Amino acid sequence: MLKPSRSLFGAAIIAGIIVTACSYSGKEADALAAVKPDKDRKTAPNFTLKDSNGTPVKLSDYRGKVVLLNFWATWCGPCKVEIPWFMEFENQFKDRGFAVLGVSMDEDGWDAVKPYIADKKVNYRVLLGDDSTGDLYGGIESLPTTFVIDRDGRVASTHIGLVSKKDYEAEINTLLNMSTKAAAGGQ
Amino acid sequence: MKRILLGVLAAGAVFAQTGVLTIAPTTKLVAKRGTTVAAKVHGQLKPGYHVNSNTPNDDYLIPLKLTWSAEPLSVAQVVFPKPQTEKASFSEKPLSVFTGDFEIETKFKVPSNAPSGPAIATGKLRYQACNDRMCLPPKTIEIPLTVMVN
Repeated sequence: MLKPSRSLFGAAIIAGIIVTACSYSGKEADALAAVKPDKDRKTAPNFTLKDSNGTPVKLSDYRGKVVLLNFWATWCGPCKVEIPWFMEFENQFKDRGFAVLGVSMDEDGWDAVKPYIADKKVNYRVLLGDDSTGDLYGGIESLPTTFVIDRDGRVASTHIGLVSKKDYEAEINTLLNMSTKAAAGGQ
Repeated sequence: MKRILLGVLAAGAVFAQTGVLTIAPTTKLVAKRGTTVAAKVHGQLKPGYHVNSNTPNDDYLIPLKLTWSAEPLSVAQVVFPKPQTEKASFSEKPLSVFTGDFEIETKFKVPSNAPSGPAIATGKLRYQACNDRMCLPPKTIEIPLTVMVN
């Protein structure tokens, strides 16, 4: 008698995993949009990448700031919807300790990226990434993929695909209003 | 059970990466020397996804491209279907795309001195797919085509 119900339970778990792995529902998007509780945040993997001027940029240099780390590409339509928002956020929040870092995943490198960022007058730092950069973050399988990083350098939220400007704004404000663990005397 | 769960998780991950465009196996091509023969490549996109057509209307977009390595045959023409014009929520102007099922025809010239017998031609289909919320990195699918020259 136990075996059939176990089988059913197992089948239900497997079905649940298949649904989770293969679909991307609104509910999941909402869940991803939320800022993680402090205890669940993991340190954002550090990297050093060059910006459009050839200057090396380390993510760890941004410790103490809230960082919106956006993986994008010039061929990605949904990414281009977000770029004007991020430019606005850079202007609006930079004096409160906020920065946007765009990591382009264009295979054609700066030849593709420089004309685009010049044309759109992108006002935040854009870096050139590759698969190894993506691998640090678990593999970037689709674009845009964005990580919002708290002042302690920990990933507070992950967004896969296009989400709303309001979600980003709310998260940035939440994180800007939080003190660092160091400032709070550790945890 | 652990194995089943890991297998299902792995299958899910692979599905997410590569399950968007499926290419049907090609039909064996009989190529008579001194003629032009046609081969069809049938693609099927997952619902909700599109690929850019061979003539996208934005320089930044990656076009659909089919190339062949088909010795002793040579490519005379690659004929793409008429693209669809679709309005995506992320784009102000309509996009030139393919969705659902589509078919690409390649016309091969068979030289009159081509050696008779079987040959394998390999097509490379480069595509870049998106849905309304996200885009997948460009990919290239290899398409084997068996050719019998007589």
